[in-house]
Amino acid sequence: MKYLDEYRDHRIARALAAEIVQSTTRPWVLMEICGGQTHTIMRYGLDELLPRGIELVHGPGCPVCVTPLETVDKAIALALRPDVILVSYGDMLRVPGSHSDLFRAKAQGADVRIAYSPTEAVKIARQNPDRKVVFLAIGFETTAPANAMAAWQAKREGLTNFSLLVSHVLVPPAIRALMVSRSNRVQGFIAPGHVCTVMGCKEYESLVRDFRVPIVVGGFEPVDILEAVLMLVRQLEAGEARLENQYVRSVSYQGNVPAQEIMAEVFEIADQKWRGIGPIPQSGLRLRKEYAAYDADLAFDLGEMTVDEPAECISAQVLQGLKKPTDCAAFGMRCTPENPLGAPMVSSEGACAAYYHYRRHAVAK
Amino acid sequence: MSTKTDAEIKFELSCPAPLPVRDTILLGHGSGGKLSAELIRDVFLPAFQNPVLARLDDQAIVNVNGQRLAMTTDSFVVKPLFFPGGDIGSLAVHGTVNDLAMGGATPLFLSAAFIIEEGFSMEELRRVVNSLRAAAAKAGVHVVTGDTKVVEKGKGDGLFINTTGIGLVPEGVDLSADRARPGDKVILSGSIGDHGIAILAQREGLEFETQIESDSAALHTLVAAMLGVKGDIRCMRDPTRGGVSSTLNEIAERSQVGIELVESSLPIHEQVRGACELLGLDPLYVANEGKLIAIVAPEGVDAVLQAVRRHPLGAEAQIVGTVTKENRGLVTMRTPLGTTRVVDMLAGDQLPRIC
Repeated sequence: MKYLDEYRDHRIARALAAEIVQSTTRPWVLMEICGGQTHTIMRYGLDELLPRGIELVHGPGCPVCVTPLETVDKAIALALRPDVILVSYGDMLRVPGSHSDLFRAKAQGADVRIAYSPTEAVKIARQNPDRKVVFLAIGFETTAPANAMAAWQAKREGLTNFSLLVSHVLVPPAIRALMVSRSNRVQGFIAPGHVCTVMGCKEYESLVRDFRVPIVVGGFEPVDILEAVLMLVRQLEAGEARLENQYVRSVSYQGNVPAQEIMAEVFEIADQKWRGIGPIPQSGLRLRKEYAAYDADLAFDLGEMTVDEPAECISAQVLQGLKKPTDCAAFGMRCTPENPLGAPMVSSEGACAAYYHYRRHAVAK
Repeated sequence: MSTKTDAEIKFELSCPAPLPVRDTILLGHGSGGKLSAELIRDVFLPAFQNPVLARLDDQAIVNVNGQRLAMTTDSFVVKPLFFPGGDIGSLAVHGTVNDLAMGGATPLFLSAAFIIEEGFSMEELRRVVNSLRAAAAKAGVHVVTGDTKVVEKGKGDGLFINTTGIGLVPEGVDLSADRARPGDKVILSGSIGDHGIAILAQREGLEFETQIESDSAALHTLVAAMLGVKGDIRCMRDPTRGGVSSTLNEIAERSQVGIELVESSLPIHEQVRGACELLGLDPLYVANEGKLIAIVAPEGVDAVLQAVRRHPLGAEAQIVGTVTKENRGLVTMRTPLGTTRVVDMLAGDQLPRIC
């Protein structure tokens, strides 16, 4: 398959791994931001190809994992209302809320539907004028334009039975938060290629400058990730800190301008809570005043749901790259994809699930 | 879109509490994955406990007057009812015939029970029945008994079919999921994922350059051809719900062995690969309805593979892996990069990823 096979070619991957070995003289701690990248690293065992000194730690870029518990609880509460059809991306359905998940709500009779695109939710609203259709609009900058488009389309059509339950997060403020944290160990970042396809590389310039930390925008195939690691190692070994783009076949400096415009038309930047991490100022998106009619939080008067999460699992440290999933005593024992303690064990992009699915044999040894 | 706050943020260490034990049936309990296994283990096995059931193969084999009778049952709830490469009628024959065939049995008789929702189109019912008849005739089995129930509008989803099958196991044939031994080879009879992706594409209205067709087919003649050559076939399974991964995990668990797959040897059609990439699915977990997996002792494996390849349903067959002493109860896969990963059994259905 073109644009895939050449980026999974084992000869190219091995050559890159050999070059990384040659270029490395000291230990370095690198973080891949995106859960999709973590998934590739585990699926192909890329860390086994790296020299021992290169440690890859896994970042907070799993949209399902960082969606706050309150949002999951709100979605479940909405789904259980008989007048509501709740539409969601597939992998949100198994994420545990305080007491339930959307799959269980569905089993109790809630009308929960999976969509591949938020515009499908708009279509469902059009077809069901007597029901209220709520789309669970979560994710990073990657899903924000499509979610914005759904609100824009609903407004243009004058739909009155459609709304978004919004929980959007942004990558650059999260990197900033990680860098200013006293416990930070990360010396270089692989920035998320899909997010940058939308936003461009330009947002990352100030992070490189402010923290003198190298950032390489990377893709999602094995060759992409190894090449991004090599680019970071070369910079670190040379004492440099620059912004580089490995994922040139998809990412430009300016990004997808029309996508950014529709985001800016519908959303504005706001403070946001990240599950497992906590509140990060100006790190999320909320609907603008002009789109208040499409805000499920307002339309349904859900109130402030406050939930206390007991410090049972270590997903907070995992999402900050401070610990590996296998450092958790519950990993694979009390915490499995069937009975997840935390969201990173649920989504295929979650670091714990990636370790569980692909790495148990290594753990067992 | 960036922020200017450089003050250190206090991270809250927080994580959700575990959810209470499952008290309702979830869709995942029907996925053929871990939830299904849990349901069988916790609810059905304790209730019906007996040595025949305890084998947990695709069919029961019972001794009646010196004859080994194979019996199996399967319910069909596929949506849409008609899909490229088949429909619920032909599938109801193939599914049950294949479950008999995986025990090495010659399928003989079927029952067919129809649960129909009030208001269902008579014309569609005729089409389904005709297709079921044609598939049974082609497979050489007779539908000898049946049942009809009509449920109120809204109490069923159009049409469900259950078929039960009976067949005879020839002398000397002994296939069971607990017979895999280290050193055995894993034969896969052809490309994987075709059925599941054909159904998904039809259901979601996804279009590809060329249509992906379900592989739905009766496998008993292929099985007979395989049993006809010299070679010790330990076990056969058709990787339906839950896909190749669930089937191999079951065998690894039942035989207490490891199974190592070689990723580059897996036959996957380009269209199916493309669809899986697009939807964020792994073909190893996608359903098949016309493929089988055979665990074969190393001595006769080439003869068995040749027999499979000579059959029209096995032209793309490959040896895709080896049974190992290591990693007992686990299925692993050697990637093209030379690294190894676990091929896990899924908890429930595969969920499309957000991005």
